[in-house]
Amino acid sequence: MTDPVLEIRGLRVDYGLGDAAVHAVRDVDLTLHRGEVLGLAGESGSGKSTLAYGLTRLLPPPGVVSGGQVIYHPADGPPVDVLTLSPAQLRKFRWAETSIVFQGAMNSLNPVHKVSTQLLDVIKAHEPQSTAAGRLARARDLLRLVGIAADRLDSYPHQLSGGMRQRVMIAMALALEPQVVIMDEPTTALDVVMQRQILGQLAELRERLDFAVLFITHDLSLLVEFSDRIAIMYGGRIVEEAPAAQLYGRALHPYTEGLLHSFPALRGPRRELTGIPGSPPDLRAMPEGCAFHPRCPKAFDPCDKKVPALGAAEPGRDVACWLHPVAAGGPR
Amino acid sequence: MTLSESAAAPADEVVLEAVGLTKHFPVRRRLRNLFSRTPAVVHAVDDVSFALRRGRVTALVGESGSGKSTVARLLAQIYPRTAGDLRLHGTSTRVRGGRPFRAYVRRVQLILQDPFASLNPVHTVRYHLTRSLRIHGNAGRGAEELDAALGKLLTRVSLTPPERYLDAFPHELSGGQRQRVAIARALGADPEVLLADEPVSMLDVSIRLGVLNLLQDLKERLNIAILYITHDIASARYFADETIVMYAGRMVEGGDSETVTQNPAHPYTRLLTDSAPDPDRITGDGVDTAAGEDRGQGEPPSLITPPAGCRFHPRCPHAMRRCTADLPPRLTIGDRPGHWAACWLYDPATVAADTPGSAAPDADPAVPPPPAALERDAATQGETR
Repeated sequence: MTDPVLEIRGLRVDYGLGDAAVHAVRDVDLTLHRGEVLGLAGESGSGKSTLAYGLTRLLPPPGVVSGGQVIYHPADGPPVDVLTLSPAQLRKFRWAETSIVFQGAMNSLNPVHKVSTQLLDVIKAHEPQSTAAGRLARARDLLRLVGIAADRLDSYPHQLSGGMRQRVMIAMALALEPQVVIMDEPTTALDVVMQRQILGQLAELRERLDFAVLFITHDLSLLVEFSDRIAIMYGGRIVEEAPAAQLYGRALHPYTEGLLHSFPALRGPRRELTGIPGSPPDLRAMPEGCAFHPRCPKAFDPCDKKVPALGAAEPGRDVACWLHPVAAGGPR
Repeated sequence: MTLSESAAAPADEVVLEAVGLTKHFPVRRRLRNLFSRTPAVVHAVDDVSFALRRGRVTALVGESGSGKSTVARLLAQIYPRTAGDLRLHGTSTRVRGGRPFRAYVRRVQLILQDPFASLNPVHTVRYHLTRSLRIHGNAGRGAEELDAALGKLLTRVSLTPPERYLDAFPHELSGGQRQRVAIARALGADPEVLLADEPVSMLDVSIRLGVLNLLQDLKERLNIAILYITHDIASARYFADETIVMYAGRMVEGGDSETVTQNPAHPYTRLLTDSAPDPDRITGDGVDTAAGEDRGQGEPPSLITPPAGCRFHPRCPHAMRRCTADLPPRLTIGDRPGHWAACWLYDPATVAADTPGSAAPDADPAVPPPPAALERDAATQGETR
């Protein structure tokens, strides 16, 4: 395994303050390695988007990062804690080192500006010394990189289809050649055909430019195919983390198991679909113990009393479940 | 309350039938084509024919913009149709509003995609369901009968105990529960046909299955005909008896769900099944790259000036000369009864005639020659929408 590029340690994110605070992300440990695709899956309300916004310090109030560290390892130079960066340092860090492709590309582009203006702005803001001609050439290259003809630079967002707008967003995210790209449901609003085209392109770009991707989605079937490792989030915590193929082959956590049995398979024999009974927990009134126990078919004695810690149950895979006691060495 | 188990009617009876259903939406004229002879229209749905049978689920699959939701609204008669016919139990119906519309709606109910938008946030579940029961004359007499009917509706959609949900407001319910309330409201009319327009696409993955199973259960117990509109072809395989694939406003393939999803005949259906996320693919050895070459690129065409001939031909890897000119009719595929595709690949004469060196195929007398629009749509085949 290559060295880490982004390490999240014990990150906690709350909405609101004091007793009224809702703990949306609880003690999350997650490591993104150089050049890998890490999938983050979970239902709505599981805290996956909050985690992404928290670690880039983009959380709008009342969101508060109430604890933990986000260690970023630049290609050259000492590691830094993103959460302690000064505003000036943060400006340099954002987009140049870590960029985000937001959910719903339709709404991320400014409708009253041409694509060129928006692309050039990014480069101009971060590389003020560049020349206008150089910036334009760079913007053309970027569009070509994501498979859009360079003469589209003069289009307004409404003249582009949803797939093309999403590609423009990806081009923009790659403009400064960041080490880490965070993708928050980048293809949810798109059709399957377009989704596959864009993901194929992304995989190709990653080979060429070698950036790491944190890929957030609720579509586990997509992640299994597309990412190297998968982390499953439930009720603000990571409940399982494993290489994609292993997770798909044999899920350890009952929630992952339920998720895998929730989407119908297109090929192969018709398997029985069981789904998960009940509904996701209310973050304002989380159940005692393991957050999943009210819906868990395998819940037993300690589940409703103590929160299981995330730890290595087997080499290379972590799980937080009383069914799989943490192997020797204890919780990390 | 008469959620009758309609045992008297024979199974598989055709309840609602669309025959050559067509919908064109007018486009506002721009100054530069103010004087053009033909008004511009969006060809949202063209010549769609299928039948909904009692106790069967028919899935309509396609990308967004393929016209599948328009079909649902045409069947619900929310939009007046441009051409074609709609037959309820064999009788042609066209309702514009008022009593005839209400009588029609009583038999054909629509469930919408977004349960967050389709319930009024300032009213309780009780209000929504009572209205449905009252309007469609199923409320019974007196408060007790109404309460009994309400309880039965909620039990039917597995919201139990009913008392816990009756006085809840929509914001107090989860997405899945809201969609169940929307389904209960539709059932309040005691319909024969349910048109479900992407009923689960707004719900979380873990909840979807429950709602689909509920619809399946209703189909079996109440013998309702269901039209299931979706963009997820895998769920069509799991849930529907019959699957119809739409592309750019036209039907391109149909047949029983297992056949259509496992042996797709039309190149577009193959593109759809290839594109669907498939976790098993990671275990495959290089199959993916081979399939990638064969895949149609590009985007759906403009529906204002749709391509002549087969609408898929600009993206089709197997496009022949004939595809650019003649509209393919439904051609039966031999593998299973009822499996058809609108594709010239399944016409032996066309395939033979298209081999290099031979003359262009004669126009099929059954297919009218297309309007001379070839050059025009060649120009509009850019990626602009």
